[in-house]
Amino acid sequence: MFEAIAFYLFAALTIVMFTITVMTSQALYALTAMAAGMIFISAFFFILGADFLGAIQIIVYTGAVMAIYAFGMMFFDTTRNVVEKRSNPRFVVVLGALAAVLVVFIVLAPIVTTNLNANYPIDLAVGNSQAIGMVLFTKYLVPFELAAVMLLVAMIAGIVLAGKKMDKSLTLMTEEDIALMHDSFTHESTQEEAH
Amino acid sequence: MDMAFIIETIVKIVVILLVFSALAGLGTYFERKVLAFMQRRLGPMHVGPFGLLQVAADGIKLFTKEDIIPQNVVKPIFKIAPVITAATAFMAAAAIPFWPQFTVFGYTVHPIVADVNIGILYVLGVMAIGLYGPLLGGMASANKFSLISAARSAAVFISYEVISGLSLLAPLMLVGSLSLIDINNYQAGGIGNWIVWSQPVAFILFWIAAFAETGRTPFHLVANDHEIIDGFGTEYSGMRWGLFFIGEYANMFFISFVIAIIFLGGFGDGSIAGAFQLLLKVAFFFFFFLWTRAAWPDVRPDQLMWLCWKVLMPIAVINVVITGLVMMF
Repeated sequence: MFEAIAFYLFAALTIVMFTITVMTSQALYALTAMAAGMIFISAFFFILGADFLGAIQIIVYTGAVMAIYAFGMMFFDTTRNVVEKRSNPRFVVVLGALAAVLVVFIVLAPIVTTNLNANYPIDLAVGNSQAIGMVLFTKYLVPFELAAVMLLVAMIAGIVLAGKKMDKSLTLMTEEDIALMHDSFTHESTQEEAH
Repeated sequence: MDMAFIIETIVKIVVILLVFSALAGLGTYFERKVLAFMQRRLGPMHVGPFGLLQVAADGIKLFTKEDIIPQNVVKPIFKIAPVITAATAFMAAAAIPFWPQFTVFGYTVHPIVADVNIGILYVLGVMAIGLYGPLLGGMASANKFSLISAARSAAVFISYEVISGLSLLAPLMLVGSLSLIDINNYQAGGIGNWIVWSQPVAFILFWIAAFAETGRTPFHLVANDHEIIDGFGTEYSGMRWGLFFIGEYANMFFISFVIAIIFLGGFGDGSIAGAFQLLLKVAFFFFFFLWTRAAWPDVRPDQLMWLCWKVLMPIAVINVVITGLVMMF
């Protein structure tokens, strides 16, 4: 009974949160509702007995949504409504409905044909985290390593893109030095544009 | 699930809530007294004996003060932000074993609300949600200094979560379990078995990260003392500001419990002496939070980031690699 109550409670909460995320024109509402929705999803993992995945869902998405907040701070005044440009609302509605129907179909197909069975059922003798580790480091080792390499590539690319003049500290420089550096930098970029 | 279990759980939750909100209030008293003695002042002394009733006076003030919501803030977010900080601090406590199990009138009590087998991940994860409080409070405040403080606190918290996670990895590899009770039982053999002896580097790193995650003084960039305003809390008043405070102090107590259980043997073999030792260890770590506040100034934000990414993170990674090599061969 408790599982049913918890499931319906968190299902309703998750749907409401993600509806707010999509419908609102307030950047702060959208971001907060998304963070809350992501955290409420972890409840489903806990109900299913997948404690490890539930905790990981919380940890990963609190950090990930935090990064989106940083973008929100940069691009919007988060205390004002964002004015959206809707050039063709009918087109958006049709595409949105199609996408929703498609997702429902994809999720329901294996359930309707009763093709759904657990490849790695929960083994009470082995802990949750150990079971995931075993699957990850035997059968899915190659995708796992591939994901690791992709993340490494993304990290190095991020450092290279953002790391220009990282060896200089603006706090330790005098005003003149900063002005000089700024001048040479703009000069370089105008030259590059000329090329 | 029988009725006795539900009632027991509810009683435990209520006890933890009451004890730790009271402790959070007393914590402010201890902080002011300790800081005062270290700075050759008297601290609170006028209300009650030794100023002990100052806590009650502050509480009455916070509860009865007018709850001011400024005109241009994003109201729902502004209102919910302090609740997030306080609520997640107490939610994180659900997986912390505060005491060894004991028997009262023939009934065995486990002083832990939910003994999940990934306890430490749950505690750290839910504590991490707590940092949405300062972030949302600052962003919703319609105040530039609050916004800057929110951005800075988000950067600090995200960075130091990396340190706390990586530094914990090495001891967890030794224990082979994520449950705080298993970690405690691993060290049940006495002082010689404490993880702090086999993982001193991880202990220091996690301790430093604990300061950043609770926003305590050497890393107190959440509220900007040097701007002479309260950072994300500038626009708050009354009990909403008090909730931020309760969350911060409860977090200090809970992270002290976590450090004591993981690195310093926790409650040991579960005897009464072990239980009181755990409380002493927690008291020491809480005192250390206050001690550093009296002894050290704040570091600059760029120094804090430099420390995190260029010093602590490489040390943590090397520590994990060396631990792995030692365990393999």
